[in-house]
Amino acid sequence: MHRSAKQETLTTLTVAAGLIWLMPMLIGTYTLTVLVIYGMLGLSLGLIWGFGGILCFGQAAFFGLGAYTYAIAAINIGESTLPMLLAVLVPAGFALLLGAMMFYGRLTDVYLGVITLVVTLILFKFINSTAAPHYKIGSARLGGFNGIPGFQTLNVPGDPDAYIWGDAYFYLCALTLVLVYLLVSWLLRSSFGRVALGIRENETRMSLMGYDVAARKTVLFAIGGGIAGLAGALFANWGEIVTPGLFSLGQSAEIIIWCIVGGLGTRFGPVLGAAGLAYMKFLLGQQSLVDNTLITGLILVLFVLFLPKGLLPALTQLWRASIGRSRFGRKPQNRRMRRSNHG
Amino acid sequence: MDLSFVILIEMLYAVATLVLISAGLAVVFGMMKVINLAHGEFMMLGGYATITATSLGVNVFVAMLVIAPLIVGLIGLVVERLVIRHLYGRLVDTMLATWGLSLFFIGAATMIFGNTTTGISTPIPGFAVGAYQINGYNFFIILVAIALVLALLAVLKGSRAGLIARGAMQRSDMAAALGYSPDRIYMATFFCGSALSGLAGAVLAPLVGLVPTSGGAYIAKSFITVIAGGPALIAGLISSATSFGIVSQIFTFAVSPVMGEVALLVAAVILLRLMPQGITSRFFKGKL
Amino acid sequence: MSLNRRNFLGAAAALTASPLLPRAAFAADSIKLGAIHDTSGIFDAYGKPMDQAVRLAVQEINAAGGILGREVEVFAYDTQSDMALYSQYGQQLTRQDRVDVVHGGILSASREAIRQTMRKTKTPYFYNVLYEGGVCDRNIFINGVTPAQQVEALVPYAMGKAAGKKVYILAADYNYGQITARWIQKFVADNGGEVVGTDFFPLDVSDFGSTLAKIQGAAPDLVIAPLVGGAHLSFFRQWAAAGMKGKIPLASTTLGVGNEQKVLTAEEGDGIMVAYNYSQELDTPANTAFKAAWAKAYGSSDNIHETAVSTYQGVKTWAKAVDMAGSLDRDALIAAMESGISIDGPSGKITVDAKTHHAVLDVHLMEFKGQKMQVIETLPQRQPIDTQAVCDLGTNPNDNTQYEIQI
Repeated sequence: MHRSAKQETLTTLTVAAGLIWLMPMLIGTYTLTVLVIYGMLGLSLGLIWGFGGILCFGQAAFFGLGAYTYAIAAINIGESTLPMLLAVLVPAGFALLLGAMMFYGRLTDVYLGVITLVVTLILFKFINSTAAPHYKIGSARLGGFNGIPGFQTLNVPGDPDAYIWGDAYFYLCALTLVLVYLLVSWLLRSSFGRVALGIRENETRMSLMGYDVAARKTVLFAIGGGIAGLAGALFANWGEIVTPGLFSLGQSAEIIIWCIVGGLGTRFGPVLGAAGLAYMKFLLGQQSLVDNTLITGLILVLFVLFLPKGLLPALTQLWRASIGRSRFGRKPQNRRMRRSNHG
Repeated sequence: MDLSFVILIEMLYAVATLVLISAGLAVVFGMMKVINLAHGEFMMLGGYATITATSLGVNVFVAMLVIAPLIVGLIGLVVERLVIRHLYGRLVDTMLATWGLSLFFIGAATMIFGNTTTGISTPIPGFAVGAYQINGYNFFIILVAIALVLALLAVLKGSRAGLIARGAMQRSDMAAALGYSPDRIYMATFFCGSALSGLAGAVLAPLVGLVPTSGGAYIAKSFITVIAGGPALIAGLISSATSFGIVSQIFTFAVSPVMGEVALLVAAVILLRLMPQGITSRFFKGKL
Repeated sequence: MSLNRRNFLGAAAALTASPLLPRAAFAADSIKLGAIHDTSGIFDAYGKPMDQAVRLAVQEINAAGGILGREVEVFAYDTQSDMALYSQYGQQLTRQDRVDVVHGGILSASREAIRQTMRKTKTPYFYNVLYEGGVCDRNIFINGVTPAQQVEALVPYAMGKAAGKKVYILAADYNYGQITARWIQKFVADNGGEVVGTDFFPLDVSDFGSTLAKIQGAAPDLVIAPLVGGAHLSFFRQWAAAGMKGKIPLASTTLGVGNEQKVLTAEEGDGIMVAYNYSQELDTPANTAFKAAWAKAYGSSDNIHETAVSTYQGVKTWAKAVDMAGSLDRDALIAAMESGISIDGPSGKITVDAKTHHAVLDVHLMEFKGQKMQVIETLPQRQPIDTQAVCDLGTNPNDNTQYEIQI
């Protein structure tokens, strides 16, 4: 186990380094940056849904909360280090409270989905109705539907005039994603992660074995919230404006779709799904032959019908069927690839 | 005095609207455990069907109550045969597929109808209650909602088809062993659910500005109402629609429409925290 | 139904039209014009005609020999009503396509998402939409009406039609609505009236039953409703359904911008008072010619609306300024734009205000009648007084703020 963990980390780093080197030659770094950020957002839901069995309709709430926290703090502080920290802590704290409320109330599957959905809607409606000038936090106007533009973007810690942007910002985001990915891998390998998997498979059994199921789910949920918040802060820095659209139902649905398309119950799947679909949307916008909403919808339907397990498992299967059967089959990742069943 | 009557009517109307917009979803989710995220778009299509039929010279009530449900029901049938049928028992996959369908229908409606379609006026005039003018059409919506609930009850409880449907939902293997094809029962159920969505969209069409993206406004609200209702189909629908409708109208009148909507959402959170499986998991147990 | 089919055919014709354009012998390489609009998703009712307007204007420019003897090439992107895509395509246009000018943006949020990118890359940016006013930036040109331009004309007219002096305001709850509501309050007071109530509604509110009761409780003589978008349209329908129409007159600063007068039936819409820069019913040679050209390109001129006309005029103004400057250099272009340049467009004369980079334009008072906006009176050449009060690019060319105008 220990050896394979090291090996896996090494593989991850090699693949990541290769991608970070290769991708900027194919796609502009500005677009790549947002793909990386969406990848992180996908990973955050992939963690709590794919490995914790928590179907969350409101991952966008943490994403938006991270972005808004960053923007508001950055306006008030004028330097980006503390706002970045806050942008992880506030959503994580919010997720902790929300998770505690839900899991100690023993809410499960689709009911959990509704609560998270409703909380997202409340946040959206609140932020959306703050256009009046008296909605202020410190010197930051919340701005309602129009959002908050013009905040301090990411700078070298301690030096507010040394902005990190352009290619440098891409590399920073990519590295952050690799770090988060490794962190998630480590977490899933730890005893905490294995207990989480156990809870996903059979909650009653785990609680009879003496594990505090609610507490563990709450912590996992908070970690997912924190990662989504980090992605939100990075997104705010990238777009230089935050709008209530970040909290919207559409945004939440998109994150869920990334996970299913990429492959639920894998770590790389949601990252791949997020980046792939976001890039597809970007490409679609450059054509004007057919309505883009229609095409996106059609692709999703066809996907479910013909590739129901998601992209990554399908690719792995293809790989195993053709060349890498004997070598690849022993990797621990593949055993986890079993699709979870909810509802 | 006049004002309190107006508020009473508005409350009844709010409850009736929630019942209407949730009924289609409740049938499909309650009986088949399929979350139809294209529900809002089915409503939107119902609206367009009504407007198109009316502009072709059909009587507006016939268009709303007969044509729109039929057309949307048929669309639902096609969707069920082509897509949903392959996905029974896979809750998450059906969600993704129906989300895709909802986008598809928005795109298709935009291409067919464009963004500016002339709506239809309400066929019932407004009238005065003391110093206040109120919308006469509200009464029609309340009536339709009551008729809808009664019809659902009659079909599910009173008819053989309803009995078979309920049986197949609980134990499809037993129903199959008794000679009923679950496949056909699911198909019929989905047809009915879609038709109900179409009906809701049609009846609301004269009150809203209909555009291809209108459906998105309903899906969250109806989803919340259905889930908060819990396992019993009709009792759940009525109890959650009533509680949410009343709560939201109280806050709407006391504060503002936004607070009304927020109050509805907060009520949903509290309700589900107290009754994690929905209202009918605690009250009205074993009812329909 | 035939109307729908015609729309569809029109769209199809538009799609095939551009590649079929005669490739005349143009000198040198082409001039690149970036266009960025939501042509799908929830804002497509605004965005689609705007995109068509850009293409039509460019088609006409090329047919007349291009600008400086060079062909204009359109780089158009569909932002799918997603704010993140504005940032992405903004970068794509400026850094990869390296366009010479960008036209587009619809919501204020979308404008703010790309404005700084345009400024940093020194790409002249034209925002052709009516909006809340106050943007002060040398790199941007705006030719839509601002609240003061509209409200200053609309309020006295509407109050003249009302039986008394009590006004109730229902506004969309975002930047534009908030600011417009304040201007309405000011002009109502200036005209000796009294505002008896102001309510704000977020853009997704679609049930106005309680609001109708509340308004009747306050018993105003006039309702002014700057409500925005599909959900808010329900207000006008529910207002009519309750039988309020004809009892209290109604005015709006936004209804009709997305051709809403065609979504409402005649009996719901008739009599609503509005004030804009453009109406399809404007009886001028320029507008007749414009509508004919549009119908020829897209099959029907039904979907033309104010922001589409603004976009068309924005492209035409830009083309005239480039011709005048004699080069694509940004500073030369700005100098030409600031020289008091004006064009005669479908909506009348549009003059660029050098001080604010906004527009001096005609405001037409109109009334809905039979699903059309009938022009009642034209108030020529209104100044953007709200933005002028806070913005002077002549004395402060490095300004880069959106001011909130204090009234």
